[in-house]
Amino acid sequence: MAKKTTKKSNETGWEYAPSLESIGHIDLKESYDLFIDGKWVKPSSGKYFETINPANEKVLAKVAHANEEDVDRAVKAARKAYDTVWSKMPASERAKYIFRIARLMQERARELSVIETLDAGKSIRESRDIDVPLACNHFFYYAGWADKLEYAFPIRDFEPLGVAGQIIPWNFPLLMAAWKIAPALAAGNTVVLKPAETTPLTALKLAEIIELSGLPPGVVNIVTGFGDTGAAIVEHPEVNKVAFTGSTAVGKHIQRAVAGTDKKVTLELGGKSSNIIFEDAPIDQAVEGIVNGIFFNQGHVCCAGSRLFVQESVADLVVRKLKQRMDSLYVGDPLDKNTDIGAINSKEQLEVINKYIKIGIEEGAEMYQPNCEIPSKGYFCKPTLFSNVAQSNVIAQEEIFGPVLTIQTFRTVDEVIQKANNSPYGLAAGVWTDKGSRIFNLTSKLRAGVVWANTYNKFDPASPFGGYKESGFGREGGLHGLRAYVKLK
Amino acid sequence: MTRLQVLKTYKIFIGGQFPRTESGRYYSLKGKDDFDIANVCLSSRKDARNAVVAARKAFGSWSERSAFNRGQIVYRIAEMLEGRRSQFIEELQLMGLTAANAAKEVDATVDRIVYYAGWCDKYQQIVSSVNPVASSHFNFSVAEPTGVVGIVAPEESPLLGLVSLLIPAIAGGNTVVLVASEKYPLSAVTLAEVIHSSDVPGGVINIITGTADELVSPLVSHLDVNAMTSAGLSKEMASAMQVQAADNVKRVFNYPAMDWSKASSQGLSMIEDLQEIKTTWHPIENIGGATSSY
Repeated sequence: MAKKTTKKSNETGWEYAPSLESIGHIDLKESYDLFIDGKWVKPSSGKYFETINPANEKVLAKVAHANEEDVDRAVKAARKAYDTVWSKMPASERAKYIFRIARLMQERARELSVIETLDAGKSIRESRDIDVPLACNHFFYYAGWADKLEYAFPIRDFEPLGVAGQIIPWNFPLLMAAWKIAPALAAGNTVVLKPAETTPLTALKLAEIIELSGLPPGVVNIVTGFGDTGAAIVEHPEVNKVAFTGSTAVGKHIQRAVAGTDKKVTLELGGKSSNIIFEDAPIDQAVEGIVNGIFFNQGHVCCAGSRLFVQESVADLVVRKLKQRMDSLYVGDPLDKNTDIGAINSKEQLEVINKYIKIGIEEGAEMYQPNCEIPSKGYFCKPTLFSNVAQSNVIAQEEIFGPVLTIQTFRTVDEVIQKANNSPYGLAAGVWTDKGSRIFNLTSKLRAGVVWANTYNKFDPASPFGGYKESGFGREGGLHGLRAYVKLK
Repeated sequence: MTRLQVLKTYKIFIGGQFPRTESGRYYSLKGKDDFDIANVCLSSRKDARNAVVAARKAFGSWSERSAFNRGQIVYRIAEMLEGRRSQFIEELQLMGLTAANAAKEVDATVDRIVYYAGWCDKYQQIVSSVNPVASSHFNFSVAEPTGVVGIVAPEESPLLGLVSLLIPAIAGGNTVVLVASEKYPLSAVTLAEVIHSSDVPGGVINIITGTADELVSPLVSHLDVNAMTSAGLSKEMASAMQVQAADNVKRVFNYPAMDWSKASSQGLSMIEDLQEIKTTWHPIENIGGATSSY
């Protein structure tokens, strides 16, 4: 798949030779079974599905499709591990297991990064510098909480929930697995986790690491499959907690499915986050922030800054600089270290994005895409900017989950607060201004779970993340992330 | 013919290096039946002062490291110590512990370090706050390390005791001058070697050996030392320390003698005692009528 030709930036005219990350050191099996009760077991249906590299459409591995019966085995294994081992173990020993997983992940960071890039289509720079280190750090962070829970919930009786059923999306496969598993284990729960069908490989590599760590069998079970597998987890009567990250539509479905049960639920759903640029903002930095906000991970980010609001007085300047910056972005082979925008995760998602781009054009918005080449094989999408957009346009209201940005302008602080909050979502927001007092005005007025000031898309294990309104409920990360996994009496 | 064993020279640890005491003095550590175990540095006031200078120099960069990075480094100390488990057990036996007790002491020490490694990036969320002041200000209070901490290692529990005082201080971003137990100096020096190979920057931890009588006073009276911790000191000594410490309003914590093997001898308060609270006021612009009513 290595491209022999050099790439040329439209903006600078500079040529860059491809700088491909080697894939020689990774260890991928042809086929993966389910990780249940510490063992690799075949799916009871005997069915496997293929996971492909979205950058070249080649098959990477075959993966087991778990059905209701397999999920039942996994939940029972998790229950047994909870009752007999995990809930009885001293908390400090629990901590040491999680530390050990973190260290093993760190040791295998490079392999995990390459596999993540192959399976998900994200650029190797991102997997290597963001996804994988953050995933390791998440385990390291939560490990330390395991024997300090009495400080997290002082003067309150608390206990773990039991078996946590966790369903994660395809945009940050390993990182989301870490966000789910680490706090659950630290708080004393056992886990059944289902990775997304297009990106199961790093979760399976994590299962190998967990096996290697000596974690008692059944504490973490990983079942691969599709929506039916996820539904079986949600509906299983012995699951005490459902943690879901994914689309708002599925989140609503889960909320309905658990109605009338005692299952505790946390949902981290979609977003249409605003990124607000004031006239006194450092414009060049803000432009970088806009690019990072929407084009990071091909825009497959629930908190992507997909609605750009620019103060009228600087709108022309910002748009000019933004287009210039977009011209210099490399779209191409995710394994190439020059690549800024990798492959769209799946054919289905590319179709969704293209559908929205078509809608945008039909709605009368003005589209800009750089005149760059994209690979002929694989699923790719050019960075896309829509200006002349109205608040009522579909592309300004619905989550596209791709590298598509809408830009609107505003005159006053009041106006932009109203516009930004006028969305059923409330996951994140960005504010760019030199004025500290204005930042704090906006952080208090914006109805969003995370507000980034003069930065965007920053994540840290110590920092809680999660949404308002239809972006879901519950927080992941930090002290607050523990609450999702304990029962407070 | 039996091979002649090569003996280790026990030196002190200042600024990431292992000098001998500047005084050139020593004391002999005696084992069973008056057997000479080792010559140990009998450090001087000057050594104590040199150690304070090294600790002060290291304070800025250590306290400014990310909490997460400090956690990684402290965890690394545990990993390195676990790797030298048998060496520590042998040394503790030399100093008079039974094999079983020595093993217990080392294992508990590793676990204690792991415990505090976990605290490095967590105590902030518990001891800090956002304060709901009535005016239009964003007001928040955060914990920051006190500075250079002098530690008098407990006389008993030669490894676990000193680690139980040392690690919470550095986990919280302080730098340390530690006076080793006169009776049990060997594991303190070997611990310095572990620290040396654990990515702990030079000067963050300084360890001197000698007599408490001679070394504690120069630390307590030193104007560049911000706090002192110890455990189980006699009432007279603790009170003398308090008086001397008042010269520069040092924070002094003489914890009661405790059973270091118990979980009750560890906790957030050991970190919190060596923290200052800083409150920041920042205005919130409040013009216009927009509210967050969505």
